[in-house]
Amino acid sequence: MNARLVMAAGLAAALAVPYLVRSDFWLGFLITVLLFAVMGMAWNILGGYAGQFSFGHAAFFGTGAYAAAVLHIGFGLNPWLGLAVAALAGGLVALVIGYLSFRYGLRGSYFALITLAFAEVLRILANWAEFTGGGVGLYVPLKVGIANLQFSGKTGYYYVALGFAVLSLAVGWALEHSRLGAQLMAIRENEDAAQALGVDTFACKLKAIALSGALTGIGGGFYTHYYLYIDPGIAYGPGVSVEILLVPIIGGLGTVFGPLLGSAVLHGAGELARRLMGDAPGLNLIFYGVLLIVMVRFMPEGLMGLVWRLRRRWRRVADA
Amino acid sequence: MLEVSGLTRRFGGLLAVADASLHVPAGSIVALVGPNGAGKTTLFAMISGFVPSDSGKVVFAGEDVTGLGPHVICARGLVRTFQVVQPFGRLSVRENVAVGTHLRVADRREALARATAVAERVGMGHLLDRPAQALTVAGRKRLELARALATEPRLLLLDEVMAGLNPTEMTEMIRIVRGIRDGGVTVFLIEHVMQAVASLAERVHVLNQGRLIAEGAPAEIARMPEVVEAYLGHGVAERMTAQAAGGAR
Amino acid sequence: MLDPIILLPAAINGLTMGAVYALVALGLTLIYGVLHIINFAHGSLLMVGLYGAFFLHRAGLDPYLALVVMVPALFFTGYALQWSVIGKASHGSDQNILLVTLGASIVIENLALYFFSADTRTIDTPYSFEMIDLGVALVPLPRVIAFAAALVLAAVLWFLIARTDLGRAIRAVAKERQGARLVGIDVDHIFAMSFGIGTACLGAAACLLLPMFYVSPHVGHVFVLVAFTVVVLGGMGSFSGALIGGLLIGVTESLGGLLLGESLGQMGIFLIFIATLMFRPSGLFGSRLS
Repeated sequence: MNARLVMAAGLAAALAVPYLVRSDFWLGFLITVLLFAVMGMAWNILGGYAGQFSFGHAAFFGTGAYAAAVLHIGFGLNPWLGLAVAALAGGLVALVIGYLSFRYGLRGSYFALITLAFAEVLRILANWAEFTGGGVGLYVPLKVGIANLQFSGKTGYYYVALGFAVLSLAVGWALEHSRLGAQLMAIRENEDAAQALGVDTFACKLKAIALSGALTGIGGGFYTHYYLYIDPGIAYGPGVSVEILLVPIIGGLGTVFGPLLGSAVLHGAGELARRLMGDAPGLNLIFYGVLLIVMVRFMPEGLMGLVWRLRRRWRRVADA
Repeated sequence: MLEVSGLTRRFGGLLAVADASLHVPAGSIVALVGPNGAGKTTLFAMISGFVPSDSGKVVFAGEDVTGLGPHVICARGLVRTFQVVQPFGRLSVRENVAVGTHLRVADRREALARATAVAERVGMGHLLDRPAQALTVAGRKRLELARALATEPRLLLLDEVMAGLNPTEMTEMIRIVRGIRDGGVTVFLIEHVMQAVASLAERVHVLNQGRLIAEGAPAEIARMPEVVEAYLGHGVAERMTAQAAGGAR
Repeated sequence: MLDPIILLPAAINGLTMGAVYALVALGLTLIYGVLHIINFAHGSLLMVGLYGAFFLHRAGLDPYLALVVMVPALFFTGYALQWSVIGKASHGSDQNILLVTLGASIVIENLALYFFSADTRTIDTPYSFEMIDLGVALVPLPRVIAFAAALVLAAVLWFLIARTDLGRAIRAVAKERQGARLVGIDVDHIFAMSFGIGTACLGAAACLLLPMFYVSPHVGHVFVLVAFTVVVLGGMGSFSGALIGGLLIGVTESLGGLLLGESLGQMGIFLIFIATLMFRPSGLFGSRLS
């Protein structure tokens, strides 16, 4: 089975979706899947390839979301440009956090903790500041039009999200086949050994976090213009940090298709759970938490790991 | 090639390395020996930039590299291996070595191709797609060496590369190290296995309790009383000569 | 604003809260010192303790008496959690343990949200508003009790670790896991015991806390980062560090809230946390369990 053929078919199917799927609900579902596939890939760059687990990716998401919101509402910045600015903002915050953390040699649990702390600091600041609307948040005024990144139905948003999802796949693939990717994976496996082989680990980790932050920032910007509302809890709360990291963990850390697969499974299973158990508050997060534990316990390599194991077995059978 | 002068390192109250000075000529194989805990690995760590020195200087190929970061020193051509091997476990042998070749080349395909060549040179051609964590001790040692070679060094610091190898593997490794030197790389190695030192080294430096106590050809230093004492204890050298003299009577 | 008349009571208030923080941090530092894991579920387990004390109070049991119930209850909860979930799922990898405890914290928190709803609840006891006159300040009785009890419990914990056989085994495992296994110590059991003792501290802290605080599913959040800050500031695995760190943070929070206002005051703690991680990650008192 030619991999390229499968991917082309997949892309064609993805493009055709809005014509095949008429339900607004399911289109919205797919948009969520694609959005988190993008941000999941972002986390994957830092966590899956470079091995640095961030528990505070909300810091990049929220900054991107607020950057887009504030500049659009306050200064009339075109939303499409706003997405670029969101990426920039996310990347910059990432550089700052990365610089402070890596400069002082923070790794493993300490790094996870400090990212958590930074996200909390930003949440408190967003709650307190006036230009972010404080605790009330910001509403993006309704004005449908493609130039304004607002669509009357879900189809437009779907294609934008799809575009970014394809972009994230391309970024992942490019990284995996690049010198930076090889160096990040070396850092992940053994940072000291990587240094001994000439890898500038500090610079590499900074690049990884900046890229991760920028990509997550785009997700934030998209969120703002899709949901038309943002507040400190949504932007910088732990919920989004957890949802983002769950995606590549379920799908497979350090893989190109892991985040997409993980996002689909996570949200699909979440939807299933919602249908079975109702919509009570907290239920979907209970589900996420249990899923996280189960995945780590039984499938630490994620679903892609499973796919590869099956593939190897299939190949062995075929060769026999 | 390498000029070390007055390197000193203290850990808390302990003087790990005291005023070490030595010289490694280009194109030679030089060994650093000494009893356990003498400070050999610390000395290597200081030379290669992993541990800062409290005082002293390291001059590599005419340039002062004292205090530079390990990745910078590696880029200049001075690379070390680790006593406790540090493979990139989940990456394949080829990918492991490619991390080294990537120091000199940015293109992925080129890096992988060069990595394949280096791996084959040290006899790992049949293991290229194996994950590093699946290798035996000997395999990992060889991988460590291959990775270091991949960075195209001018000076290679080998830290106990023979440890854990059986006689056959050791003979093979000795052959490989000699081949590396013949290929134009200067080798400075820490070794406990005297047989390897005797076969490979042109010059040997002896480190004991942080101080360099002797220097010479392998055959010479084995007879030096200071060296015997360092390994076997104070007064042993005298006793041995006395016994020999007594026996000759 | 900087008048001692205002500062002193705030500082004393901070000390009393700090004692509770210290108790929470003691549990966390014990868990870290022995298992070398950062227990992200610590805050949510405190929340469980608070709900437990809350419902016991509704059933008629005074929170301070509830100590007798909650301490063992949280002990067994922690033991079971480590034995059946965390220990099994981590596969030894640090990263995995992080994720598992994070997962556990999410599950616990949202189970509470599901069963108890998001309402903030408080309790009223006959002595809730009784004040003790310390001369320089009037301090609510619950806070004084919390301060005293926390210190007593810390002493009990110290005694347990320093003077009993169990404590010796725990210290052995903390220092040298493999060695301990080799001399016949059931390391998995000790892990679970340590985790259980760590969470038992939370049971105690919860009972002391409830009369002067509130409970909601998200109350754990408030404490998790504070507890981490205390532990990192005091030094991972250091007893005295957790104690002194807790008091310091309590006072800082109180004075910070006074000077900067409620929301920004909270930020002061996080900034201390970040600064400590950057400049002195080993904390004020270094690393070993002492």
